[in-house]
Amino acid sequence: MKYNIQQGESRDIVISVSDLHISFGRLAVLKGIDLEVYKGENFVVLGRSGSGKSVLIKTIAGLLKPDKGIVNVLGLQVDKLKVHDLQKLRLKMGFIFQSSALYDSMTIRENLEFSLVRNFKHMTAREVLKAVEEVLDAVGLREKINEMPSELSGGQIKRIGIARTLIIRPEIMLYDEPTAGLDPITCTEINQLINEVQSRYNTTSIIITHDLTCAKTTGTRIALLQDGNFIRMGSFTDVFDPGDSRVKSFYDYNFIQ
Amino acid sequence: MKKNSKEFVFSRRVDAFFLDVVSIHKFITRFFKELFRRPFEFKEIIHQCYVVGVKSLLLISLTGFVIGIVFTKQSRPPLVAFGAASWLPSLIGIAFVRAIGPLVTALIAAGKVGSNIGAELGSMKVTEQIDAMDVSAVNPFKYLVVTRVVATTVMLPILMLYCTLVGMMGSYLNVHANELTSLVSYFDHAFSSVSFIDVWSAVIRSFFYGFTIGIVGCYRGFNATNGTQGVGKAANRAVVFSMFLIFAEELVAVQITNWINGI
Repeated sequence: MKYNIQQGESRDIVISVSDLHISFGRLAVLKGIDLEVYKGENFVVLGRSGSGKSVLIKTIAGLLKPDKGIVNVLGLQVDKLKVHDLQKLRLKMGFIFQSSALYDSMTIRENLEFSLVRNFKHMTAREVLKAVEEVLDAVGLREKINEMPSELSGGQIKRIGIARTLIIRPEIMLYDEPTAGLDPITCTEINQLINEVQSRYNTTSIIITHDLTCAKTTGTRIALLQDGNFIRMGSFTDVFDPGDSRVKSFYDYNFIQ
Repeated sequence: MKKNSKEFVFSRRVDAFFLDVVSIHKFITRFFKELFRRPFEFKEIIHQCYVVGVKSLLLISLTGFVIGIVFTKQSRPPLVAFGAASWLPSLIGIAFVRAIGPLVTALIAAGKVGSNIGAELGSMKVTEQIDAMDVSAVNPFKYLVVTRVVATTVMLPILMLYCTLVGMMGSYLNVHANELTSLVSYFDHAFSSVSFIDVWSAVIRSFFYGFTIGIVGCYRGFNATNGTQGVGKAANRAVVFSMFLIFAEELVAVQITNWINGI
């Protein structure tokens, strides 16, 4: 599928969302979201807590079903897929949870192997170990291979979360608040890692955050989510128009002027 | 957002109960569908059998043994008063095989294994580990639920037989201390009154108890909400609900067994 963006440049659409509505009971969280994410870009969704950012990527990953609207990933309508087809699609998607959601009863090695040994049965034990070591090298934590998640720091847990998704070589990375709860130095490291992953593995990413530094450092395009819809979308300078009071509140919140 | 009472068909609690019944029915249907679908997680099933079986052995041994001694001690005086002390092994045999063995094992397992499953899966649910499995193209229902339910269903009858044996050993020690009966003679007497149907009824009932404990624990854990409080609730409800079901199943099973025995 090709699409002409503003500059007349033709690029592949990897994720497209149109008229997406999601409610929980009477609470309408997303009210007609339209979105297109192009191959190889880092698309950042900014918004306050509770604005529905995580709901958006969980719907893209097929964890939530839309009340109305269409979500297409790699040309497939996610909510219409059968379980088997959805699993196949998920092998092309990596989802990094806000808490990283590492399996706390398994070692780091077992965490990384988990999906690989179940979905790529032709791989030998040696190949699996090699793949584990490779992604651990990519996130700089090879020495932690036999440790338990409880023995790692917050930043290391985030890195392992990224490694766990990278091991299946996904085309798409979905980051849910990758820098939440981390100190500024670790945040910078995670932002660098997101950029490294994008350039090294040529992934397309959606990054959900409320951290402006993360958005500025990693985002190719940025969208600001408020009241269930995108109120601005474009490059960082396009979105952060100091004249817009809705945007200014974000500046104030993040202490960046 | 607080719901208006007019939004409920009956009341909030009654509606929630019926919704729970529908939901657990769907959960059980899904279990049977996934049970026969590839891939089969044999390694995880064996691991869960170990967790359910081996790790419950100490508690079941202790409880069975103590109940065996206490039950024998309490039963002796009335039997002696009627001049029927020699019937003690038969009484213990029938009581343990027909009722105490299956029921005590099931209640201990509901407390230990059921709460463990509820808390473990509940914790995984609220920390998004189940979602993480889902998005990494691994079916969490298959890996977490099917394996645990199969393990409890398979292990409960084995634990029941073990508990019965240990309880009868406890009983034997008490009988031996009073009457110097030999082990062979004691078990010969004890099993002389136990029929084939009694043993099979106990085994089949234990399969059902095991299935109940597994499915209720998994259901409560898999549907846990509201953070750590939800995990506690899931574990608690897993125990309470499975115990309630075990008693209900026991009542039905007794009626069926008596009907088969022509009592």
